[in-house]
Amino acid sequence: MFHALVAVKQVPDTTNIRIDPDTGNLVREGVPAIMNPYDAHALAEAVRWKRALGGKVTVVSMGPASFTKTIREAVELGADRGVLVSDRKFAGADTLSTSYVLAETIKVIHEEDPIDLIFFGKQAIDGDTAQVGPGVGVRLDLPVVTYAVKIRELDLEGRRVVVERKTERWTEVIEVPLPALLTCDKEIAEIPFAPLPDLIRSLRYEPEMWTMKEGPVAFDPAEVGVKGSPTVVYKMGTPPLPEAGEKVNTRDVGVEAAVKDALEKADAAGVLGAVLAQGPAAKEAQL
Amino acid sequence: MTARRFWVFIEQEEGNVHPVSWELLGVARYLASQVKEEADAAGDEVLVEGVLLGHDVASIAQDALHYGADRVYLFDDPLFAHYRNCPYYKTLAQVAKKYNPEVFLVGATTLGRDLAGGIATALRTGLTADCTQLEMGEAKGAKQKLLLATRPAFGGNILATIMCRKHRPQMSSVRPRVFPMPPFDPDAQGEIVREPMDVTEEGAMSCILEFVHEKGENVNIEYADVIVAGGRGLGTPEGFDLLKELADELGGVVGASRPCIDAGWLSYPHQVGQSGRTVRPKLYIAAGISGALQHKVGMQNSDFIIAINTDPNAPIFDVADVGLVGDLYQVIPAMIEQIKARKEALA
Repeated sequence: MFHALVAVKQVPDTTNIRIDPDTGNLVREGVPAIMNPYDAHALAEAVRWKRALGGKVTVVSMGPASFTKTIREAVELGADRGVLVSDRKFAGADTLSTSYVLAETIKVIHEEDPIDLIFFGKQAIDGDTAQVGPGVGVRLDLPVVTYAVKIRELDLEGRRVVVERKTERWTEVIEVPLPALLTCDKEIAEIPFAPLPDLIRSLRYEPEMWTMKEGPVAFDPAEVGVKGSPTVVYKMGTPPLPEAGEKVNTRDVGVEAAVKDALEKADAAGVLGAVLAQGPAAKEAQL
Repeated sequence: MTARRFWVFIEQEEGNVHPVSWELLGVARYLASQVKEEADAAGDEVLVEGVLLGHDVASIAQDALHYGADRVYLFDDPLFAHYRNCPYYKTLAQVAKKYNPEVFLVGATTLGRDLAGGIATALRTGLTADCTQLEMGEAKGAKQKLLLATRPAFGGNILATIMCRKHRPQMSSVRPRVFPMPPFDPDAQGEIVREPMDVTEEGAMSCILEFVHEKGENVNIEYADVIVAGGRGLGTPEGFDLLKELADELGGVVGASRPCIDAGWLSYPHQVGQSGRTVRPKLYIAAGISGALQHKVGMQNSDFIIAINTDPNAPIFDVADVGLVGDLYQVIPAMIEQIKARKEALA
């Protein structure tokens, strides 16, 4: 029987985040909270293998009580069990502290019900750090495969998994022993429509809530939240507004003239001549 | 006298150095200069040092000296012939424990991001991802200047400056092309220190079976001189054919904003922006891109930006040197013709 653990995070849909032009503040109102898309794809892959091999998928998330919505969504997508580790003391955790809380939680789940494969999304779209997954792998001393795009073979008896991971240069085919930890890109699996029984189950599902005091994990207070986080915010700001250049409407001056003017300005700035003079050689240098 | 060490991970694969390694040596030199006065007063030594892992890579260690390292710690062994997470992070964490660097910079490439989290966790220290500005600055209560690492957050809407007060090293991953390349000094002197190995093949916990090189995907958008990028305003994926024609005329490559990549119009290596690549070409042409912040943070360092959009209020115009309000399907063909004419005139 296959036991997959998937770590999920609830994130604001950053494609909808805007800055208030008058105050310069982040507009959070009306921004929907979603399951981090990479996590959703990782979950879909875990569920796919569960259905192929038999077994179960456990989902873990760290965050406030509102994250139960995301755990229910995971159940809808085929997870069997959901654990939310939640405590006010966890607030302000950086990636090091988050990896501590998740690793301790996963250890306890593993003791009770051994895990074969741990799935993370390659990064969360709000922080974009890509640090928590590998951090958990290091804490559990597991082989880590990041940017996974395909599981080629999953051999539970031979205790090994063969994974394709995509880097800037090539696709690497890598074999690691089980248990292992993967961080997944979207290509790992399509997100299927939830079958009706899962959908119904998710509506009634109550995730387990583990806190500092209640739950089977003995968290070290020195390792959680602000206390357990080596990094602190020095300051926050909005990016400086760059100076906008000239804007020309092609309807006013005509397309030909507008383009001619744009190219002349580029030339005057010294970028076009250099580019044209280099010609095909420039292209080769880029490869 | 103690040494204040500013470390850079020198990234190489198959003997090819990722240029971000040299960019980081330049930044490390800058950071070192910011603590020079403080260090002189305390009688401390300030050093910029590289760490290099690989097989038969001594010449790269030499190059690192030319790009500004005072010293390079070299692990040269067949075990490191190809990058693998476990042996690399364990080795780097160990050597960091040995020399106790103050700052440790890693390129935010796929390799560097795979690696940096492992090192930081093994050392139980702080790591700030994808930094776009680095300074050594004073912070309340700190005896020495600290690394102030600034990174975009929330899709580029916010700039957060992060510091790591007590834990060492202060780690940052830094995107390629955010900082300029330092000069190559042919007369540079320095030391290469060969370090003993402490990892075995058994401890590597992985085995690479093969490398699959994809055809037609060999796009190195970060170091392109010209990028012609398209957005949702193209309307159809075929719009990229037109952009490709212009890019070819200019000896450049095609880029795209996130919605086009999400829609599958172009593959991920072409994506410019916070969740894609940071670029700083000589010329950036943005066609049909509205200019979400997450896109702008990835291209605003370009030398010259031409933006084309039908919406006169599109935010892309805020970063453009020249904005053309109009239909890209009229503008781009005109641009192709005029570029051709200019090239003929040159020939």
